[in-house]
Amino acid sequence: MSKEPTSSILLQAGTMLGLSSLKFPPVVKTEINLVLVLVTVLGFWTRLRNLSYPRAVVFDEVYYGQFVSLYMKRVFFVDESGPPLGHMILAFGAYLGGFDGNFPWNRIGAEYPSSMSVWGLRLLPAVCGALCVPLAYLLQLELGSSHYAALGASLLILMENSLIVQSRFMLLESVLIFFQLLSFFSYWRFYNASNSCSRYLWLIVAASSCAGAVGVKYVGVFTYLLLLGIASVHTWQLIGQRAVSHLRVFVECGCRAVCLVVLPVLLYVLCFYVHLTVLRHSGPHDQLMSSAFQASLEGGLSRITRGQPLEVAYGSQVTLRSSASQTIPCWLHSHKANYPIRYEDGRGSSHQQQVTCYPFKDVNNWWIIKDPGRQELVVNTPPRPVRHGDVIQLLHGMTSRFLNSHDVAAPMSPHAQEVSGYIDFNVSMVMQNLWRVDISNREAESEVWKTIVSDVRLVHVNTSAALKLSGGTLPEWGFGQLEVVADRVSRAHHSSLVWNVEEHRYGTSHEQKEREVELHSPTHIDVHPNISFLSKFIELQRKMLTVKQEESEHKYSSCPLEWISMTTNIVYWLHHSTNAQIHLIGNLVSWSMANLSLAAYQLLALWYLLRRRRAIRDITEASWCQFQRVGVVCVGGWLVNFLPFFLMENTLFLYHYLPAYTFLLQLLPAVLEHAHTHLLSGKSQHRAGCVSAFAGLCSVYLCYKSFSPLTYGSPELSANQLQALRWQPSWDILYRRP
Amino acid sequence: MAKDEEDLTALRQRKTCLISENKRTLHTPLPEAKSNRLENEDDKQASNGTSCWTERSITPPGAQPPNTILVLLVLGLSFATRFYKLAEPPHICWDETHFGKMGSYYINRTFFFDVHPPLGKILIGLAGYMTGYDGTFPFVKPGDKYGHHNYWGMRGFCAALGSSLPVFAYFIVLELSHSNSAALIAAALLIFDTGSITISQYILLDPILMFFIMGAVLSMVKFNQQKSRPFCASWWLWLLLTGVNLSGAIGVKFVGLFVILLVGLNTAGDLWALLGDLQLSLVDVAKHLLARVTGLILLPLLLYVTVFAVHFAVLNKSGPGDGFFSSAFQSRLIGNNLHNASMPKYLAYGSTITVKNLRIAGGYLHSHWHLYPEGVGAKQQQVTAYLHKDYNNLWLVHKPDDGQDHPKTPELVRHGDIVRLEHKETTRNLHSHLQEAPMTRKHFQVTGYGINGSGDSNDLWRLEVCGGRRGDPVKVLRSKVRFLHVATGCVLYSSGKTLPKWGWEQVEVTCSPYLKETPNSQWNIEDHINPKLPNISLSVLKPHFLEILLESHIVMIRGNSGLKPKDSEINSRPWHWPINYQGLRFSGVNETEYRVYLLGNPVTWWLNLACLGLYAVMVAVASIALQRDVHLSQKRREHCWVLIRGGGQLVLGWILHYAPFYAMGRILYYHHYFPAMLFSSMLTGLTLDTLLHSADLFLSPPRADWLLRLGQVALLFSVLYSFYIFHPLSYGMRGPLAHEPGSAMAGLKWMDSWEF
Repeated sequence: MSKEPTSSILLQAGTMLGLSSLKFPPVVKTEINLVLVLVTVLGFWTRLRNLSYPRAVVFDEVYYGQFVSLYMKRVFFVDESGPPLGHMILAFGAYLGGFDGNFPWNRIGAEYPSSMSVWGLRLLPAVCGALCVPLAYLLQLELGSSHYAALGASLLILMENSLIVQSRFMLLESVLIFFQLLSFFSYWRFYNASNSCSRYLWLIVAASSCAGAVGVKYVGVFTYLLLLGIASVHTWQLIGQRAVSHLRVFVECGCRAVCLVVLPVLLYVLCFYVHLTVLRHSGPHDQLMSSAFQASLEGGLSRITRGQPLEVAYGSQVTLRSSASQTIPCWLHSHKANYPIRYEDGRGSSHQQQVTCYPFKDVNNWWIIKDPGRQELVVNTPPRPVRHGDVIQLLHGMTSRFLNSHDVAAPMSPHAQEVSGYIDFNVSMVMQNLWRVDISNREAESEVWKTIVSDVRLVHVNTSAALKLSGGTLPEWGFGQLEVVADRVSRAHHSSLVWNVEEHRYGTSHEQKEREVELHSPTHIDVHPNISFLSKFIELQRKMLTVKQEESEHKYSSCPLEWISMTTNIVYWLHHSTNAQIHLIGNLVSWSMANLSLAAYQLLALWYLLRRRRAIRDITEASWCQFQRVGVVCVGGWLVNFLPFFLMENTLFLYHYLPAYTFLLQLLPAVLEHAHTHLLSGKSQHRAGCVSAFAGLCSVYLCYKSFSPLTYGSPELSANQLQALRWQPSWDILYRRP
Repeated sequence: MAKDEEDLTALRQRKTCLISENKRTLHTPLPEAKSNRLENEDDKQASNGTSCWTERSITPPGAQPPNTILVLLVLGLSFATRFYKLAEPPHICWDETHFGKMGSYYINRTFFFDVHPPLGKILIGLAGYMTGYDGTFPFVKPGDKYGHHNYWGMRGFCAALGSSLPVFAYFIVLELSHSNSAALIAAALLIFDTGSITISQYILLDPILMFFIMGAVLSMVKFNQQKSRPFCASWWLWLLLTGVNLSGAIGVKFVGLFVILLVGLNTAGDLWALLGDLQLSLVDVAKHLLARVTGLILLPLLLYVTVFAVHFAVLNKSGPGDGFFSSAFQSRLIGNNLHNASMPKYLAYGSTITVKNLRIAGGYLHSHWHLYPEGVGAKQQQVTAYLHKDYNNLWLVHKPDDGQDHPKTPELVRHGDIVRLEHKETTRNLHSHLQEAPMTRKHFQVTGYGINGSGDSNDLWRLEVCGGRRGDPVKVLRSKVRFLHVATGCVLYSSGKTLPKWGWEQVEVTCSPYLKETPNSQWNIEDHINPKLPNISLSVLKPHFLEILLESHIVMIRGNSGLKPKDSEINSRPWHWPINYQGLRFSGVNETEYRVYLLGNPVTWWLNLACLGLYAVMVAVASIALQRDVHLSQKRREHCWVLIRGGGQLVLGWILHYAPFYAMGRILYYHHYFPAMLFSSMLTGLTLDTLLHSADLFLSPPRADWLLRLGQVALLFSVLYSFYIFHPLSYGMRGPLAHEPGSAMAGLKWMDSWEF
């Protein structure tokens, strides 16, 4: 490590454990870095102090809280905002605190009941936030900076109001930042370590924390990619070392690949495994998932489908669910109402019975599968299963109309064919009610049409159009139900063409009246559809990535460019009667100093690069290496955590910038130190540099102090004092009119 | 290698004889200076970075000159395949309806709006004009018969440009791989690709775009070859040609930006290498830099601007694109109501007006007989901003209290007056209230309210002239005005966000509580009709050329990002493209029609795909071998460098022309992949040729040679045969569809998603 500081306090890198050979008794010597201990204690003090104040829901706690409650109740949910690890960590904290999941989470500012352990809910993020402080210190050391720079970095993190606010509540950014810092620290620990096998432990820690970062939020992927990039450059250099034997290189590369690629993937999948194992009850988002998935959850669909016959046979009574990838599920439906003779736009219809897709369970969703060659509507013994390629008729259970299609334009999508329940009006419209069963996943499943698992397309025999959910909604005459059409099979596989049997039973009644009674009665019998963890994982992951978040503009949303200058803030909480309030506002002094250091670093880097290219060495090779390292980690980390937001379409908030900003903050002390050792010459200049660095630190502290009422929510400030804190005119600071 | 190095140093010394021996010894210990002495000093360098990768010269002694017979063969075949059945089908195919129409607009000098820059359409128009097309064909919809109109000239022009692509590919690959056989493979892949043939045969922008892209790459590669003779005539020629082609590419479509990036990266690398060459003085480096700035930035920029100047000079008549542009812009166009306009000079009560937002490409204040749907604020009539001219853009200016009758001499509206705006068609008043706006949730909703002009106090707006004082009259066209809602104090605002389907995808209008003056909240009065006032001729300030240029770019970019996929439309996805998942119907659907289907030759496309993987493996092996300094023969080393250098440029080209589509929100089509496909085909030629030439790695010499010949023949044969069986895709099919027996394509529907 770089030069040893001359301070009187004992400063040693890290905590070193050394087994002093194999003498008896075994002796363990430790050296403790008191500065590190001090900043750690301060970190815990700033983050954990008075943690359960305010005893009310603060900002996004209202969002994460509902998931924590669902974990406590072990109810399945889908959250498209991120992978489950983050939610699980929050839920684990709540579990430790004894939270039972009974809280409505309906609005920001709602008071927690006194029985609830608010401390438990907020503890884990706060601990993660506190640990970021010593981590910053250690990372800076690994990057080759001195202890002074490391101390500076940890103090800047320590006194950053925005990081404190974000750590003190049930939010995920601090956890993400913790994992990111940990991964970089342990990777560099691995890289700097001498060639021993134990250093691979550090690589494993790095890889696991990468998996953790990705598991908490998807943006963690970019940090992971950066780390992979750094690691591959290092590996490439290793390959270029001709002194190392081929075998050694091969083994090293293999180990690194396993640790950095295979391990994170496994851990990521593991966190889904835990997620799916914990959440075993059906819940509010069931309907997003396929029937097979739902059937694997307790309650909900599995209660309905338990004991259904597996193979669909002639005479089966079924409900057909559309597999279209939309948020509401729906079932093929018909009812005693006809298409209007003329639509609003003047086109005519067949005036036959409407066929729609209905988003609720209803007795009118039942259809009977009939063999066109026979008359009976009951299942023979043994049942004759329907196979891929068979031609069937579908009879609507309650109205006894056949599912029919013909060359008449559909009501809302005129390019497609109308689908109707056939009524013979004697107007030379012939019945065209034969449908061919086309099982699209027959390779994976079977040729036989099975309940829930088979994806079926119903292809109209006369026109080779397939039954399709068009996506349109019918107007009032269709009761606002969803339109069903028959459309040309344009693509090999499209989810709106696919249907599956959800509820199913073998029909037994010959008479229409009996049948109606039978349809009204709930289904029964017994088999359990098996779905492997892997297919559940893939389905859930795909759903989470494809379900579109509703685009909504929030009062405090902002765009990425505003983050750099912090012209925006977020009100997290306001006391219901006083002026006490909590804001997400950063430490403006360190914010602007960090921006300055970024500019300075870029200029310096450009200058050095050009000069080195012309073979002019301003600094030694070692310092250049260190300069590069700092740049790759700090500027690189800032870039990968910041730039992706320009491409994102969802609502963005200032707190999204915090991971990027944490990296940027690390740059400042490193740049200052670089300037001190290489750019300043002479004693007086050095002294001036030290003094100004100290002055900077003092102003950071003053800024932290003046904003701490808005960070901790206490003490309450008067309107004038609040006014005075509005350093940027665009900040929203609330105060009650007296 | 050693011999080369000597050649090169000799060359350099000729240029920089001033560098003393003394100085050189001073520099040699440093890595940058030892560019040509890598072999013995690599150990030190490896830990220091990759400078050894950028410094080597790769002109091997075995470079082959272009083979005239092969070039002629390629040229002949590509023209033959592109011009065969060019005039068929004699009706509009696919996007010909747009680009043919736009060509006609140039001939008729009618102003229009399109999301692409004008060069491609100017060239199409020019080609049509030269071959006797008179611009009278309406190009209404695909399938319309051309009849007696001369359409073949425009098609022929595009086909000619498309025919030059294989030739360009031949030269590029030859330059990068120094192997005639590699060049021939690449050219053959393109000549016999049904997709490239189809896309070259119609009046489309793509052949023109690809011509410029390939031209730019070819000139760049040729320019790189001139490295050893800087500033000589051919060096300048290729530099300037690169610039010309770049401006052509970006002038046809914004996709040309990717090839600019490719050339830019290449040039940056080039300059970096020059900077590291310590035998060049800084002045020399600066000269190099300036030459490239001139040739690759200034020249293209100038040409690009010239294209726009021509565009605006030619199109001087009013046409369908007027409404997208500001009032000032429209006043340039003959036939527009603002051209030499005469209307009452000051706004008066009782006038009928249109109000245009001052945002660039801001719309007219608009309303229509449709209500906001349930759940979106109050269920009242929609008020939007609309880009087209329409009767629904007309509003009447009233005093707050007056009825329909006005005094004989109308009173002028002045700064600070409170007015009521009544929508002429629906007689509803412009209204706002404390309800959330549909898209911008922080703003208030603006609706049409009341009937026959009677509403409530929320219909009142205070009109303010920006920078005006109380009592100032409102000048038509020239005054920037704001409408402040009296009851809530918010200001009428156009957010620029597109409403969903219920709002007919028009632009949202809100009432913003933030009173900052931005163009979004400023409006001007464009049309002004008041029969009681005398019309005065207005000489509207003619906009400056640069203003027009900027404005048209913003309008184009907005238009481009506005092309969002609609629910009913088939949206092609980027991952579909390299696997040739689904083509595009150019013409004909039914059995009886003449059908043309744009689909790449599956054999060549899948070969391309496989070769991307193969290339990745080969380049990995090659670079690891070099990095570990495995002992390699001279020939093998050259192969490695061809893969890394030449292949690297092609892969970069492919990535740059493919990857950005993943990030695009606009609607995408299959044909967007074709520029990337060109790079991919060239890479295939280079990869396969290197692979075949490396056969002697595991075979003894005579057998390796046989394998090489056999491989080449098999490759050419499979390309030819697949072209033979798939040629009806390009040259037209009639009769039954492919899934029925008896069709020309029976048994060839290898993927269910193909629609022929």
